[in-house]
Amino acid sequence: MRPTLRMLSESLVEQIIAEGMALLRDPGVRVHNEEARRLLAEAGADVDAVRLIARIPETIVRQALETTAHEFDLFTLDGRPAVHYGGDEVHFDPGSAALSILDPETNRQRVPLTADFVRLVKLVEQLPQIDAQSTAMVCGDVVPEIGDLYRLYLALNYIRKPIVTGAFRTDTWWTMKEMLVAVAGGEAALAARPIAVFDVCPSPPLLWSDLTCQNLIDCARAGIPAELVSMPLAGATAPVTLAAAVVQHTAECLSGIVIGQLARPGARVVWGGSPAAFDMREGTTPMGDVATWMIDCAYAQVGKRLGLPTHAYLGMSDAKIIDAQCGMESAGGTLLGALAGINMISGAGMMDFESCQSLEKLVIDAEIIGMAKRLVRGIEPRDEPIALSLFRKLGHRADYLAEPHTLKWFRKELYLPSPVIDRATTDGWLRKGATTAAERAAERVGSLVASYQPSPVPPELRAELRAITTRAARKFGMTALPPLPDFERV
Amino acid sequence: MCSELLAQIVASLVAGDPDATVDGTRQALAAGIEPLAIIDGGLVPGMRIVGEKYSTGEYFLPNLIVSASGMKQAMAILVPELKARRQHLTSSGTVVIGTVRGDIHEIGKSLVATMLAANGFEVHDLGVDVPTDAFVARVKEAGANLVGLSALLTTTMHGQKDVIDALTKAGLRAQVKVMVGGAPVTRKWADDIGADGWAQDAVAAVDLATRLVAHVQQVV
Ligand code: B12
Repeated sequence: MRPTLRMLSESLVEQIIAEGMALLRDPGVRVHNEEARRLLAEAGADVDAVRLIARIPETIVRQALETTAHEFDLFTLDGRPAVHYGGDEVHFDPGSAALSILDPETNRQRVPLTADFVRLVKLVEQLPQIDAQSTAMVCGDVVPEIGDLYRLYLALNYIRKPIVTGAFRTDTWWTMKEMLVAVAGGEAALAARPIAVFDVCPSPPLLWSDLTCQNLIDCARAGIPAELVSMPLAGATAPVTLAAAVVQHTAECLSGIVIGQLARPGARVVWGGSPAAFDMREGTTPMGDVATWMIDCAYAQVGKRLGLPTHAYLGMSDAKIIDAQCGMESAGGTLLGALAGINMISGAGMMDFESCQSLEKLVIDAEIIGMAKRLVRGIEPRDEPIALSLFRKLGHRADYLAEPHTLKWFRKELYLPSPVIDRATTDGWLRKGATTAAERAAERVGSLVASYQPSPVPPELRAELRAITTRAARKFGMTALPPLPDFERV
Repeated sequence: MCSELLAQIVASLVAGDPDATVDGTRQALAAGIEPLAIIDGGLVPGMRIVGEKYSTGEYFLPNLIVSASGMKQAMAILVPELKARRQHLTSSGTVVIGTVRGDIHEIGKSLVATMLAANGFEVHDLGVDVPTDAFVARVKEAGANLVGLSALLTTTMHGQKDVIDALTKAGLRAQVKVMVGGAPVTRKWADDIGADGWAQDAVAAVDLATRLVAHVQQVV
């Protein structure tokens, strides 16, 4: 049996869905995108062209829930299915779009550069617990206008794993799509075997900004999966009662599903989010708060009831350095998200709300993720009878280390951590330098990055990606891109 | 009687009951208490207690914001009364604030705006995704001495510089101090674009604004 977490009673789930639908009728959802308003009006929604509000009747929502994709796969760059969105399968990717990197030398944040991003991408390739890449940091050595697409450009030169990404503008989305099409070998191939998913965020409460709505429509039309990142901030941009925040999330995501399906029926749209319980002292958006995790798990349950693929930002910490708070918060969210069966859990490596990425934290988080994945595999009988034959054989002897039965099962039954987790004797720990987890993580970052093997990107494709990105950079006055580590000379 | 009514206003602010603050203010006016006395003897001490309780950890942001809204509603009643008496308040300063073009992050900007208002600033909040020219126009119109620019995206930070440049071009730069903020904004960025100050949270923003405005007044 797979252990599962249920946050809500069945009747509460029903009521939340009903109230979410009701919110879409009254007060409706604000839609700041003209094309979406037109699509909604054509479908029969009541659109107020002055106040830019669409009131969406339940029939349209029900119709969209029929046509939307209930499951789909993301593929590796060499065409193997790697991530299954749907059911209770759980996958992990690093948190996205960090503004800074935690420098392990100074223990302070600084602006990430191309070399940092490439190191992170290599590290993610080498971490077996992490299923997908993400465009996890914004590099400071290119013009900000290409900040979003430059991350994808860098990543595509090094990765095999599929990637979670997102655009910061409407025009850059097209450049990002062009790159993905080039890598997939054509638009049809990209739609058939998607290698990327785009995060698109409705604005709380109940608003689709022009930018994110256009990204959603463009993804749907191109057959590229979109992940709705609805973020009710309980007590600030959403009601403080957790159930009501989930109602708001439901309405925002339902409206996203509708817009996606009106753009193209069958479009792949994920029920996702990054809510937070607003911190009432500091006015911040804590990702390590228990109420944050509860909203995540609750909305995932709502999404599952609707038969949809799910996503959440979990496993992050608000700490500024790798300390006890950092480990505690990251573990809490990761374990709960796994138990809730959320298909894609974004956040590994991330700290300081959603501002900072740390490679060392990522390596520690990978251990938490390994344990979480073990947890949700649950406890199985393995043998029939479970234990009787063993005890017939061994009686009262404690010789299980010598038993072939142990050798047969221990790798499946136990999670075997990397040396980041200290389980030595005190003496052994002292002899190995009396290190902290962060110090051991730093060492492991180095060895994993060094063990990275280049991805088989043909030189022509590398050149094409560079040409696409350079064209975009020129539009914003940047004539030459920074050299690509390992491939171009500095 | 008089002090009793003022004490009620103080208590309503401390309790976070805006309706009671408004009622109390109306009653005090009706009882013939001067608007300035209501402000100095009721609203200001009430807000000071709320602020102290927040500092010591007893109160949280919702207490602060709800009481501030009570104060704001009371002021809306008192300001016309002051005008009628040809009296005016010495406001801490007049600030035009908004999130720059292309950026719709609202929460931090609004928090800063609310805290400035609660601390006696006259606040013109232009909202989010504010065109560069709109900042300039409002500074002129309101005779502001302070501009607050919020940006949460690396792609929109440059909008802060655009506003500063536009203020210079319009010949208004000497009249206003500019403060900037938002997650990707650093002190270095503030220096680079020629802003006068940077703050990382709403409380620091109030301190900064107070310092900057004092400076403007000294110079003038
Ligand atoms: C909530 C949020 C949103 C919400 C905003 C809702 C709303 N109504 O405001 C929504 C969903 C709309 C949103 C959208 C997007 N977001 Co957003 N968002 C956030 C998040 C999680 C929290 C921001 C917040 O409200 N914090 C709480 C407030 C109180 O804090 P604050 O804003 O920092 O403000 C304080 C201080 O900065 C300071 N301050 C702020 N302004 C000012 C002004 C002055 C004058 C002064 C003195 C001080 C000051 O005082 C404030 C009070 O303490 C941040 C993560 C983060 N680490 O900041 C991402 C974040 C800023 N978003 C990000 C992104 C990428 C986006 C999108 C592009 C995503 C997408 N593809 O759809 C869109 C952009 C839309 C647009 N065009 O603007 C990235 C930015 C990355 C980058 N390189 O720029 C971040 C960092 C998250 C991440 N790592 O991915 N987002």
